[in-house]
Amino acid sequence: MGNRLRWASAALVVGLAAAGCTGGGGGEGEGGYPRAQTLYTTGTQWGPPANWNPIMNWEYTTGTVGYIYEPLFLYDPLAGEYIPWLAESEEWVDDTTYEVTLREGVEWSDGEPLTAEDVVFTYELARFESVPYSHVWDWLASAEAVDERTARFEFETPRYQEWAYFTYSNPIVPRHLWQDRSEEEVTASANENPVGTGPYLYEDHSEDRQVYRRNPDWWAIEALDMRAAPEYIVDIVNTSNEVTQRLLTQGEVDLSNNFLPGINQTIEGNPSITSYFEEPPYMLAANTAWLVPNTTREPMDDPEFRRALATSIDIEQIVEGPYSNLVEPADPTGLLPAWDDYVDQDVVAEHGFGHDPDEAESILAEAGYEDTDGDGFVETPDGDAVELTLIVPSGWTDWMEAARIISENAQAVGINVTEEFPDQAALNDQRAAGDFDLVINNERQLSNTPWTYYDYMFRLPVQDSQTTVNFGRYENEELWDLTQELAETPVDDTEAMRDTISRIQEIQLREMPIIPLWYNGLWSQYSTQHWGNWPSDAEGAPHYLPTTWRNYNQLGAVLTLTELEPAGG
Amino acid sequence: MRRYLARKILIYALTFFVAVSVNWLIPRLMPGDPIRTMLSRGASGDEESMERMRAYYEQTFGLDEPAWQQYLNFWTSLARGDLGISVWLFPQPVTEILLAAVPYTLALLLPATLLSWVAGNRFGAFAARSRWLDNTVLPLGYVLTATPYMWLGILLAWGLGIVAGWFPTAGPYGFGSIPGWNWPFITDLVSHWFLPFASLFLVAFGGWAIGMRNMIIYELEAEYSTYLEALGAPRRLVRRYAFRNAVLPQLTGLAVQLGTIVAGALLTEIVFAYPGLGNLILEAVNNRDFFLLQGAFLFIVIGVLIANFIVDVIYVVVDPRTRTQMQGGAA
Repeated sequence: MGNRLRWASAALVVGLAAAGCTGGGGGEGEGGYPRAQTLYTTGTQWGPPANWNPIMNWEYTTGTVGYIYEPLFLYDPLAGEYIPWLAESEEWVDDTTYEVTLREGVEWSDGEPLTAEDVVFTYELARFESVPYSHVWDWLASAEAVDERTARFEFETPRYQEWAYFTYSNPIVPRHLWQDRSEEEVTASANENPVGTGPYLYEDHSEDRQVYRRNPDWWAIEALDMRAAPEYIVDIVNTSNEVTQRLLTQGEVDLSNNFLPGINQTIEGNPSITSYFEEPPYMLAANTAWLVPNTTREPMDDPEFRRALATSIDIEQIVEGPYSNLVEPADPTGLLPAWDDYVDQDVVAEHGFGHDPDEAESILAEAGYEDTDGDGFVETPDGDAVELTLIVPSGWTDWMEAARIISENAQAVGINVTEEFPDQAALNDQRAAGDFDLVINNERQLSNTPWTYYDYMFRLPVQDSQTTVNFGRYENEELWDLTQELAETPVDDTEAMRDTISRIQEIQLREMPIIPLWYNGLWSQYSTQHWGNWPSDAEGAPHYLPTTWRNYNQLGAVLTLTELEPAGG
Repeated sequence: MRRYLARKILIYALTFFVAVSVNWLIPRLMPGDPIRTMLSRGASGDEESMERMRAYYEQTFGLDEPAWQQYLNFWTSLARGDLGISVWLFPQPVTEILLAAVPYTLALLLPATLLSWVAGNRFGAFAARSRWLDNTVLPLGYVLTATPYMWLGILLAWGLGIVAGWFPTAGPYGFGSIPGWNWPFITDLVSHWFLPFASLFLVAFGGWAIGMRNMIIYELEAEYSTYLEALGAPRRLVRRYAFRNAVLPQLTGLAVQLGTIVAGALLTEIVFAYPGLGNLILEAVNNRDFFLLQGAFLFIVIGVLIANFIVDVIYVVVDPRTRTQMQGGAA
């Protein structure tokens, strides 16, 4: 019996293994994608590719926007410039009228021409409330096609900053294919067989990868003399850090956008692995990590207390410890390095803060926080004990380490903070309901304007459930008014922008409603074994964002592909 | 026999009902809101449109209904073979996601379980014969069976994959391969399959080998063996009888162990980035994807129950005593 069973199971193995290949049949015949013409990327996709719907901007398959669907403009945050993309030019005809002119000769991949009707249609789609940018109709009055290539938008309240954000972040979809779709088909369909205008076409996918093939008819080849270098792009669903690191060092993956602890040693030790900067912090900054105090709770409702807490934190210890210098301490205003120009240095010099335990202690003492019961920790001026909990998601090891350091720092000046690591979903619940003392958050990403950050910090009114902004439930009408004023400042009026931002920063630094910690990196490490000319800060190298993260192609990450060169000829 | 089977089937049906209900309930007791988890990955930070989208998708998933209604809906759609739509991999139907993943899990589980059981029993019985083998196999077996699946997986990946470079350590097939019925692809598939299979096989193998070795020694010292030997029966005959008796507890052991083996396979899949149920369950938990979680556990529950049922039936076939008892009971 033993022998027979053994053979039967061996046969079964082969049978099942063969049955395991469920991916679509490849058109390339035998073998695989030629290595020299294929770019392997990873770091964005967490599960099997599930949809290619550009409207569902939280989970479309890597590359859906950027490789297939394209926006009117790109915004290059390193140069601080808008790059006309599907649009050729834009103009504010008057204060409330905006006109955009499309390039000539742009075609959808099914051969139909791109027209102004497509642009208008893309915004008309937002009449469906389930479309992520549906709030545009809160301040947009009408959209119409003036002629074949020109679309006109009339605004009730022209939020120039936000509109500029829209022009590059929202991809245009083809009206001729989408016009008959119901709300469900628009916001809840997988959109198989995506038809876009971009540099790549959908080729194939399976449970653990997405494959793109170059679009030979991409408009930019003629219009901008640009060409995406790789014939194929294979985006690999995230695996464990160990696997990713191994694939990278063996040259099986060309671009990894994962946070790999200790990658600095690999970059230093392995000549074929590089990153944007040759030395610390190695990575560009993608977002600011903030310490958010719940301002509805005592004593976090007291600006002096918040200031003392901020002053007690030694960011350098976090940067050098858990991050081994892969990140940089944030500016006291929390604005990303790309927005350096908007930081009012005078205001920072006057109201800024830095790590200073003595200062923290004296702020506490002056504001009446004293250790009255002799337990080594301060009590509130009313004599109540201060016992705060700092929460970060369990499993985020770098943040867990950082939280330990922050608690130690705070305890050193007499503020009793302890760290807790709830499961991430539980933490999201607590954060949204305002049921926490202190939490670390970095959800707001790099964009064209600091307005997006102020919207994140000061947004009013505070709702029962705060799911995306103002987690600390900080209420300050003046700051919110200034934020709205900033939203309505024309993007080219940098003087007025700076002026408003400077006033915001002054109040912000006095009130300290939210404490900037460090800049989280645009995690990105690449192998030069098969592809060269990667972005870096070196002279002559391309200065683009080397990433496949969702919504970063609109920030010019897609341009990285046009600059790549095959290694070794 | 019929009564025996009928009773078994009733028990299995009850187990199924309870297990599936618990699977339905547990994810919903966890804190965390699946819709918010899903939407918070997006770029739109506008609080108002977020609220509208949340209402919309809650309705889409039927999460706005009272819990008892959701529970009823679950059973009615299950009866139609509909497991719902995944929240995490929206808008893919759960059934499709699972059907794509199950072959990979089965391709690991079935051969690993069966081969390790057969080979472990053979080897254990063989080892009980010689002092030398016994001294080496016993400790090795203990080490193997005590090794967590995940850890052995990492060791194998490091040793045979990275250091020796014989086997790839991630994915179901090379990232540059195009699936098709050709030899290069099939060898690619098998070489990716080997390490996860081996780590499952080895851990289970150790356990079975030790179990069998102990049972055989026990049986060889039983009175019927001594009696047979005293009668002058050949050694091989005695051993064959001992083996038959020793295999019975091992069979029961297999039924009991199935759950653990499945759990081991899930961890192994995560180590080798093998796209089976393991990775899906992990991410479904993280994303509070009730529907996918429910579906994945449903598959596992059904799988374990079927396997147990088969073991039950085999037991009747290989152990004449159960048959006699049943006939006695029926008479």
